[in-house]
Amino acid sequence: MHLSVKGVSKSFGKGRDSKLVLDDINLEINSGEFVALVGSSGSGKSTVMRLIAGLEQPSSGTIHMDDRLVRGPGPDRGMVFQKYSLYPWLSAADNVAFGMRLQGRNKRDVKERTAYFLEVVGLQDSASRFPRQLSGGMQQRVAIARALAADPKVVLLDEPFGALDLQIRESMQEFLYQLWERSGLTALLITHDLEEALLMAQRVHIMAPRPGRVVRTVAANLDRGNLSALRMERSFLELREDLAGCLRGLDQDPAALAARSLASTTGSSSSG
Amino acid sequence: MSLRRRLDQPWLLGLVGVLTLLLLWQVVASLRVVDPLFLPSPAEVLGAGAEQYQEGVLVNDALASIGRVLGGYALSIVVSLPLGIAMGSNRLVCQLLEPLLGLIRYMPAPAFIPLLIIYFGLGELPKVLLIFIGTLFFNTLMIMDAVKFVPSELLESALTMGGRGLQITTRVVAPFIAPQVLDAYRINMAAAWNLVIVAELVAANEGLGKRISLAQRFLRTDEIFVGLIAIGLIGLLIDLGFRLVMRRSCRWAI
Repeated sequence: MHLSVKGVSKSFGKGRDSKLVLDDINLEINSGEFVALVGSSGSGKSTVMRLIAGLEQPSSGTIHMDDRLVRGPGPDRGMVFQKYSLYPWLSAADNVAFGMRLQGRNKRDVKERTAYFLEVVGLQDSASRFPRQLSGGMQQRVAIARALAADPKVVLLDEPFGALDLQIRESMQEFLYQLWERSGLTALLITHDLEEALLMAQRVHIMAPRPGRVVRTVAANLDRGNLSALRMERSFLELREDLAGCLRGLDQDPAALAARSLASTTGSSSSG
Repeated sequence: MSLRRRLDQPWLLGLVGVLTLLLLWQVVASLRVVDPLFLPSPAEVLGAGAEQYQEGVLVNDALASIGRVLGGYALSIVVSLPLGIAMGSNRLVCQLLEPLLGLIRYMPAPAFIPLLIIYFGLGELPKVLLIFIGTLFFNTLMIMDAVKFVPSELLESALTMGGRGLQITTRVVAPFIAPQVLDAYRINMAAAWNLVIVAELVAANEGLGKRISLAQRFLRTDEIFVGLIAIGLIGLLIDLGFRLVMRRSCRWAI
């Protein structure tokens, strides 16, 4: 599996109202890698993911999946959304089976894989419960199981834990990392949380806003034997602080931003 | 507090309301403050109802009206579902049809009666079509709205798992909108009942509406009351039927 994003730009709107949200994005993801995209809100990181998923089309540039141009959504690129996207009328098991049934897998296969992936996310006892009977963390685990059961080549995770409480988020991060380690899946994680990205990803891209672009890429080759200890380790904290400083520098403070927009309305600014 | 809790049961207070009205009616009627010609007592109405029932008129009328309602409304259900889904999920279809439906919706359905009589005569067809016309647009627009509010995450999740066109409609859109569609059908059923009575007032040989207009001619207010109560009770039963179907089939949404 090889996913490559080459020179991708994206604008929304037409003519004078058109707004450039992504400028010249380049990314590569290979089989078995865990890559993260970190940026503040407005950096267009979710748009990158939607482009890769095929839910939006780039304005320019190309996205290739194994040398095939991405033209639309497909089961080779699974996705986990931030907001709970489970089907409320289906039990946890039927949610997990949903993608496999869409693809027309045979019944026995569906049944076995559903049981297997529910067990992978530790929810075999909740198979018959409905989404509203599950906690937020459990719902996201079902969503992850559902995405994996559909057998994608790469899983796109769009702030998967963004809506969860801090304690649950930490245990979910450890869960996801262990899952990746065990199953050898390929993952692209979108997050605004640097710690989350550094804990799990081997490569972290930092994105800057207005227009969204990748400003820095770091290889995070850390010893991930014990994630909760890693959170406190000095090298980890230093790397995190370094990148946090980089992110802070990108987010101009509101006063500077106001001054700049004032300048542009008087016609002295020509930059886009 | 405990009294309040004891009263807080789904049926109890509703029953109290109905019984209070009946009691009030009985009191006013027995005091003879209103001419009995205008306000018959509950007992008289019950008597008239029993008489109609024994003659077989009541059941006959009810079946005639119910048949028209079910015929016209079934047609409306069958046409509005695909139309509403198509309008809700395809922007071009919506742009093509929404102004048209919005316009026709504001034309009062009873105003179509003369036209329907000219086209189709005095038989069953114009009555069934009136109910169809009078409920189709409301049903369609309510279904369209329900489709437009299907969360995009649900659609996009299916797309990223390999879902295609019709699969998305049958496996995501349809189950998601089912509760709202059932509710729309239940609410607009009331309009179907209004229309069947209006149609029968204009031209019919039997039916609850026809019986009411005949009763008016002979100043039989007790029979008018029988007709009104019968219409109300049948409507209530249909409403409860829809609620039952909803509770059985859309447990997740309640």
